[in-house]
Amino acid sequence: MSNAFEITEQCSGNQFRCEPGQSVLKAMEQQGLKCVPVGCRGGGCGFCKITVLSGDYECGKMSRVHVPPESRACGDVLACRIYPLSDLTIECRPRELAESDKQQTKTTSMR
Amino acid sequence: MKKGVMRPGHVQIRVLDLEEAVKHYTDLMGLIETDRDDQGRVYLKAWSEVDKFSVILREADEPGCDFMGFKVVDEASLVQLEKDLVEFGVAVEQVAEGELKDCGRRARFQVPSGHTFELYADKLYTGKWGVNNVNPEAWPRGLTGMKAVRFDHCLFYGPELAATYDIFVNVLGFHLAEQVLADDGTRIAQFLTVSMKEHDIAFIHHEEPGKFHHASFHLETWEDVLRAADLISMTDTSIDIGPTRHGLTHGKTIYFFDPSGNRNEVFCGGDYTYPDHKPVTWQAEQLGKAIFYHDRVLNERFMTVLT
Repeated sequence: MSNAFEITEQCSGNQFRCEPGQSVLKAMEQQGLKCVPVGCRGGGCGFCKITVLSGDYECGKMSRVHVPPESRACGDVLACRIYPLSDLTIECRPRELAESDKQQTKTTSMR
Repeated sequence: MKKGVMRPGHVQIRVLDLEEAVKHYTDLMGLIETDRDDQGRVYLKAWSEVDKFSVILREADEPGCDFMGFKVVDEASLVQLEKDLVEFGVAVEQVAEGELKDCGRRARFQVPSGHTFELYADKLYTGKWGVNNVNPEAWPRGLTGMKAVRFDHCLFYGPELAATYDIFVNVLGFHLAEQVLADDGTRIAQFLTVSMKEHDIAFIHHEEPGKFHHASFHLETWEDVLRAADLISMTDTSIDIGPTRHGLTHGKTIYFFDPSGNRNEVFCGGDYTYPDHKPVTWQAEQLGKAIFYHDRVLNERFMTVLT
């Protein structure tokens, strides 16, 4: 559709279209891309954390544990809970890198 | 049930948006709203349950599970269990009668995995929803969605499984129905029961304490599980995996998420256990098959996506 926004994920170079009102994660999933990991899709688990580098968007409710207000202000948000208002450039760092500087859920002993 | 702990009684789940959650647990899952309280919590039950509620939803800015409660047979058992917990070195907090509406006093404690549990003896007996107790019909009409039959169990992720096992088995009288053992003999999953069910509560080892993997609800048949899957698609609900079968318990299952990202399961079937049964063991090297019997491969989401 003509009024869809263009989302660019910087690490993978993937680009996909996102309809107004559609979450960035859902748009990515619908187009068969995997540049952002998919978790609960409900703002609860923090699996799809990204950084928005440029563009405007609205946020739905997200777990405060994964997105405290200061992170939200820096554009560190969950892809399942952001709805673009313009084209967006996002970055999804590989989990291992993201985990090295942030406490994250993991289960190393099970692997 | 040898120490008087009878069955899972309730679970309090935190949700980001209360009304969205109520719609999910009622319209989709088929639970029945039975009350609300002045803290804004919503009380729900599945139709075959005899007490007033089994699920409490509380709006919060972080989803997850506040606590799970087990019903004990009577006040005398509750008093004894409290003594046994304290003697074992577990701190017990008293929650007054009525803090949850129409529920008696609760003895609350935390186990080393980081999860909070409660024991209580009394809750308002409202009977099964929509059917009489005399000459009852087979099932009530007017149920919606998946028509969940009962709240069945929870799976929690956390550390210190051995110390948690000691409390559940040695103090509370649970027995180990199934387990997953690592090569070195360390138990990395424990399925514990006070009934003939393969699990009334389960734990999987995880470094971060107090994490909630899922709350599970029982359905009658495989056809009902498939129908649940249809409803998940019809409502565009976030699916995790299934329909499939577990190796552990051999239950037939589907996993999905509530609108705040808390995982739910509906399942049917599964093995049974008696206290004289030796635990069923799965080896960690077969973990994929133990969790997902058909795929025989773990998806990362099952191990890491938690609230």
